[in-house]
Amino acid sequence: MNKVVFNKETGPREVFCGLTSIVWLHRRMPDAFFLVVGSRTCAHLIQSAAGVMIFAEPRFGTAILEEKDLAGLADAHEELDKVVNDLIARRPEIKTLFLVGSCPSEVIKLDLATVAEKLNKKFLGQVQFLNYSGSGIETTFTQGEDGALKALIPLMDSTDEEKLLIVGTIANNVEDRFKKIFKNIGIKNVESFPPRQSTELPKIGTKTKVLLTQPYLSDTVRDLQHRGCEIIYAPFPLGVEGSTKWILAAADAFKIPALKVHEVIAPLANRARQAIEPHKKILKGKNLFLLPESQLEISLARFLHNECEMNLIEVGTPYLNKELMEEELNLLPENTKIVEGQHVEKQLDRVRESQPDLVVCGMGLANPLEAEGIHTKWSIEMVFSPIHGIDQSADLAGLFSRPLKRNQILTTKTLATQK
Amino acid sequence: MELTLWTYEGPPHVGAMRIASSMKDLHYVLHAPQGDTYADLLFTMIERRGKRPPVTYTTFQARDLGGDTAELVKRNISESVERFKPKALLIGESCTAELIQDQPGALAKGMGFDIPIVNLELPAYSKKENWGASETFYQLIRTLLKEAASENSKISPQRWKELGRRPKVNLLGPTLLGFRCRDDVIEIQRILSEQGIDTNVVSPLNSSPDDIKRLIDADLNICLYLEIAEASCEWLKRNFGMEYTTTIPIGIENTINFINEVHKKLDLPLTNKDELENKSKLPWYSKSVDSNYLTGKRVFIFGDGTHVIAAAKIAKEELGFEVVGLGTYSREIARKVRGVAKDLNLEALITNNYLEVEDAIKKTSPELVLGTQMERHSAKRLGIPCAVISTPMHVQDVPARYSPQMGWEGANVIFDDWVHPLMMGLEEHLIDMFKHDFEFVDGHQSHLGHTAVNTEENKNNSQNIESCIKEIIWTDSGKAELTKVPFFVRGKVKTNTEKYALSKGLVEISDETLYDAKAFFS
Repeated sequence: MNKVVFNKETGPREVFCGLTSIVWLHRRMPDAFFLVVGSRTCAHLIQSAAGVMIFAEPRFGTAILEEKDLAGLADAHEELDKVVNDLIARRPEIKTLFLVGSCPSEVIKLDLATVAEKLNKKFLGQVQFLNYSGSGIETTFTQGEDGALKALIPLMDSTDEEKLLIVGTIANNVEDRFKKIFKNIGIKNVESFPPRQSTELPKIGTKTKVLLTQPYLSDTVRDLQHRGCEIIYAPFPLGVEGSTKWILAAADAFKIPALKVHEVIAPLANRARQAIEPHKKILKGKNLFLLPESQLEISLARFLHNECEMNLIEVGTPYLNKELMEEELNLLPENTKIVEGQHVEKQLDRVRESQPDLVVCGMGLANPLEAEGIHTKWSIEMVFSPIHGIDQSADLAGLFSRPLKRNQILTTKTLATQK
Repeated sequence: MELTLWTYEGPPHVGAMRIASSMKDLHYVLHAPQGDTYADLLFTMIERRGKRPPVTYTTFQARDLGGDTAELVKRNISESVERFKPKALLIGESCTAELIQDQPGALAKGMGFDIPIVNLELPAYSKKENWGASETFYQLIRTLLKEAASENSKISPQRWKELGRRPKVNLLGPTLLGFRCRDDVIEIQRILSEQGIDTNVVSPLNSSPDDIKRLIDADLNICLYLEIAEASCEWLKRNFGMEYTTTIPIGIENTINFINEVHKKLDLPLTNKDELENKSKLPWYSKSVDSNYLTGKRVFIFGDGTHVIAAAKIAKEELGFEVVGLGTYSREIARKVRGVAKDLNLEALITNNYLEVEDAIKKTSPELVLGTQMERHSAKRLGIPCAVISTPMHVQDVPARYSPQMGWEGANVIFDDWVHPLMMGLEEHLIDMFKHDFEFVDGHQSHLGHTAVNTEENKNNSQNIESCIKEIIWTDSGKAELTKVPFFVRGKVKTNTEKYALSKGLVEISDETLYDAKAFFS
């Protein structure tokens, strides 16, 4: 392994909890509903993270615990039953209902698994019930997706068919591109998890080869392994380099020669490198500081260093799974400083000391840093924008060059008017 | 357990954050798990603040629960005090911490700091954001003025005379994430200073714990927002005898009433009474003939208590609307809102469920909705114009320009904001004239933007009409008459006449046909 420098930090954190991943999960599976069993804080968190722009009735909601629910547990089960009944009467098109645990439901030890089991019997053939925890005491931001996917695995039938399973939520257009590329190199049987409909789950088995699109799926990977799936270890498909190595790893697992892969993707890679070029001009030589949030930080750092020639000051990550990240860590420059966990105040001290040209951080920190004259890119955009794959590489670079470019434009104009 | 798809108010600790973030030299240690920091973005993104809220989250995790979370609380408290050096400390819990009962407030008090510590007990499972803000403000004032309360004699609102200085007042209630508070404060200070009244302290917005200790230097408290400041004003009245004003100066009449109330309480003669009518453009704009069309417009009002009470009065008495629905999500102000509704022969809708509000809007079929950003969305779906009058806050509710709701300028802003979504008088008249044109199928609503119009159907309709119209011939006399029609309506007159001819089965249009059509459509 390459010699990167690992550090751990504990203290106050400035990150989202796992409930936030509902914001993209509910869009991926439009036939599913996510019912958080939690507090007004949970409800407020999701609506704030999703923005107040709700143009239609959302496919997520919160069963808000009230004082009377905290008094006795039997009550809470009955109450939840009532809420679910109302919800299903209101939204008969729901096929899968995720009961999502929260900090308060975990602390009072509300047994959502038992509730789900009972409801499954009651609504047999109509709605399937699953449960997982998106609580902040157990999960950070993207780990909520890990929990949701893990909960779906027991529902997946077994198969002996050989297939490539792409795991992790990606934009639909990106998924289509990946499938086309895999078809062109000779992998015909490709499926995605999570699927576009919660009821159309892929079958899995010992001949299923799993290729991860997202780095935050540790628990899902473990359960897929238990079902006999083979995990293809690879860097993640961000940027030309990551995507190429990712596709090559899949091809290798299917015994397709690398030459065939290069034949298919070389024109795409060339096109993408050219498209990255104008962004690279802006990013080259600039110093980058990544604060922890989505677990995508290490892959982003690798892309921004190797393909956009940025210098890495510090790469924060909320959690580091060294096994899943090994291929990525090998691609990082020597002595890259990786910090797992956070003490937000101390980390911000380091940001100020190092005076980076760009900081990747959460929305709570972005404007305050901008006000101090430090340019930022909010990390939540990485999970809402289509950034995966060779074709999206320039767009991904653009997310980082835009704030710097904007600053150049604004500064020039300000100077011009001051003359 | 209550199913909530969307909520008007956050939890009570977000209310406490609004107080902390509004102030200087104050720090809030919040015992909370990872994720509760989402609330920071309300301030940094929605309000575009260039400063982080002064809040330290203890960030306990599942693995801490078996161990010593109290130790974690203490570590965060000492780190915060050392790093931020606040002049007062708020200690509280979010919903989850409330369940594990570490009593962080008691812990903090035992740590031997020489700054005032306010222990916030904000029941997360029964109360909401505005209550939390009100309680925090009240507890902070109580803590900082407790000692003064026991020694102080009663404060008379007329004492400025004996003290030989201008009267001075406190403006209480403006906070971050409050609706247009930033500008209301400027407007009210301007109005008061015109009357020779000084502002002693504005709080919580931009004030410090030291400023709160100075509250009792004033002669009178101005309660600007009931949701936030009423409890504090009451406490100051009970303990210091300080009077406070109850009129919220939103709208012309209530701004005048407010000025009168302040003068009466201070026993200060009001010298420019006649001028007051002319301070805002609202009365004249409302009287001007273009506003005739506003008469009896059906309006539905929903929002926080302070703003809906004011809106109902303005709508009915100052713009001549008919209020067809009134409600609030502020349960604490429900009684007052019910009273206002009763005077309008309505039953107030008190709810935190936006779907109930949407249903009520549907049922009353208003021509204008005055609501929150959520009602703006609901109204858009229903194709009804809407103006936003209340929190919850949206980035659009923090405009770059000066845009108060209170006082004279507030009345100007309200006139524009409420009337522009509607069609203007002359415009409405013209549209009425030409409403039979195919361009107006499904009802043209000039300022609505994305209304649900079936464009496919429209296209088909217009294609049918066009294909038939090609067959119709304009005679020389018809053409000549058409050229006499003013150019800006000529196109419409032409289409209307052709449509008329078509409906009568005519193949030629003469000057007479044109007049027939005119008579038909008038």
